[in-house]
Amino acid sequence: MTAVLTNLFDGIAYGMLLFVLACGLAVTLGLMNFVNLAHGAFAMAGGYVCAVLVNQIGWPFFAGLPLAFVSAAAIGIVLERLLYRHLYARSHLDQVLFSIGLVFMSVAGVDYIMGSQRIFINLPSVLEGQFDVYGVGIGRYRLMIVVICGLLTAALQLVLARTRFGSRLRAAVDDPRVASGLGINVPQVFAFTFAFGCGLAGLGGALSAEVLGLDPYFPLKFMIYFLIVVTVGGSSSITGPFLASLLLGIGDVAGKYYVPRMGPFVIYTLMIVILIWRPNGLFGRQAAR
Amino acid sequence: MTAQQDVGYHARRHGRWHVGEIVFWLLALACAFLFPSRYLVMTDIVRLALFAMSIDLILGYAGIVSLGHAAFFGVGAYSAGLMALHGLVTEPLLALILAGCAAMLLGFATSFLVIRGVDLTRLMVTLGIAMLLEALAESFSNITGGTDGLQGIEMQPILGVFSFDMFGRTGFVYSLIVLFVLFLLARRIVHSPFGLSLRAIKNNPLRAAAIGIPVNRRLIAIYTVAAFYAGIAGALFTQTTALASLDVFAFERSADLLLVLIIGGTGYLYGGLIGAVVFSLLEEVFKSITAEYWQFWIGLVLVVIVMVGRARLHRWVLFLPNLLIAQVAGRKSAVALPEGEGQ
Repeated sequence: MTAVLTNLFDGIAYGMLLFVLACGLAVTLGLMNFVNLAHGAFAMAGGYVCAVLVNQIGWPFFAGLPLAFVSAAAIGIVLERLLYRHLYARSHLDQVLFSIGLVFMSVAGVDYIMGSQRIFINLPSVLEGQFDVYGVGIGRYRLMIVVICGLLTAALQLVLARTRFGSRLRAAVDDPRVASGLGINVPQVFAFTFAFGCGLAGLGGALSAEVLGLDPYFPLKFMIYFLIVVTVGGSSSITGPFLASLLLGIGDVAGKYYVPRMGPFVIYTLMIVILIWRPNGLFGRQAAR
Repeated sequence: MTAQQDVGYHARRHGRWHVGEIVFWLLALACAFLFPSRYLVMTDIVRLALFAMSIDLILGYAGIVSLGHAAFFGVGAYSAGLMALHGLVTEPLLALILAGCAAMLLGFATSFLVIRGVDLTRLMVTLGIAMLLEALAESFSNITGGTDGLQGIEMQPILGVFSFDMFGRTGFVYSLIVLFVLFLLARRIVHSPFGLSLRAIKNNPLRAAAIGIPVNRRLIAIYTVAAFYAGIAGALFTQTTALASLDVFAFERSADLLLVLIIGGTGYLYGGLIGAVVFSLLEEVFKSITAEYWQFWIGLVLVVIVMVGRARLHRWVLFLPNLLIAQVAGRKSAVALPEGEGQ
């Protein structure tokens, strides 16, 4: 019983991490309808920045995390202004080709600069080990992930639902033409949102070095997971992707633990079945435009 | 002339063999004699060309974007490998067709999933199927050999006469003949009324349905045919290299394939063939610059192609040949611009 609960907790932590990694994609892919397969590259960038700062320069881990966010967001905004914004109106095929190209470049580039082996980030001793709550083993690091990601999710929900920027974004996504007619600077809103999503991915990448493993192939290995979160979760709200990532996290951990041979098989089958059953995602309301 | 006759006249005129096409195939045949030391590389190119032609059938003619075409390649490769390894079907040509049929079955079964939903769902489903098969092949390592792949495949002589030699000469000629035969078939398909209806679907599915084309049935048919082609390409891979490993399902294979087709241009069948030659040359050049990191340059090529725009790029590339032809033959634009660009 306690093993089940420990697995459940690990699954939740994993799912929350996936959500932070993928929620930027939920905006670009789900709301702006841009097929960005290179989302993992931003996560990897954040992870590597954090690793270099902590391991080689000796910054404390908690100072490295915000920097991971900032650097990934900076890369995101530069690429958005230079490249991505020209492709919003293009066909899906062009977007796929472009973002695959970016993935290949990032994989080979990071491999060239940092080497191909998996890297670890030196953690403060506070985060090591685990403690028992009524016999359920809870990893400190995973608890931290749950706390950080939970806070982020709540903050995101508040920003989207309650603030002026949130309503601008929703308006821009619903109908860009009408939104710009109302005086909303749509490209700016998109650029900012894109950068913020990349930043979140970078933060997620830094957090995931310990859990998912960080190596140059990160964008390729986890691409399908990010896509699953967004397509299965649907794009009408932030809750959909959140629930989908929790499901995916719990399912994946349980699958690896109980049916190690069939683990990934189960995930992919479920994804295909759900997409066939509800092409707009489990929690989606309408067709993505 | 009535409209129907008019359409038939133009369709037949498009279907006729051009001089350029005959020259192309003569050149391909000449390669067998011109570069006797490069048979293995050329076999690679022929196989890639066949694979690219397969995705051209669904992307260029029916407009289905697939990220998981390697699934069929892999099924063909493993079926051919298993048949040869366990001595089920030892004659390579027969095994080739059976492997193609295995992939075709999978294609038929999955086509029902693919025709549902919009672009994004299609992308995800095709990608998911390829990943799923890779995961399956990895977990059933007692059958597939897991990460080591199938080892110790020995190929019997083709038709009992032509045995595979060390230099790959037989392999190359065999692959080239298979490519040519399948090309003829594909050419017949795309110039038939069936092929024309596919183009109508690609341009506007709603309109196509309105004039009485059974959209879903046509898509299922072409997807199945394309799966057969990809399966044959995979089986050729196993037969000519005597190996099949997990990377036949890899995402990179599907992604590279899209690049091959985009380089050559979609929707005129030769795109895949030309793209395969250019891609292999590029790969060679990049590997000579930086052996380990050649993927960086491949990625850069993809980004540049998209940023410049595919249609514009093809205009640039075809500018010189067309100018030459116009000067020499006094005709306009003998090298056709691929159709359906920039949409």
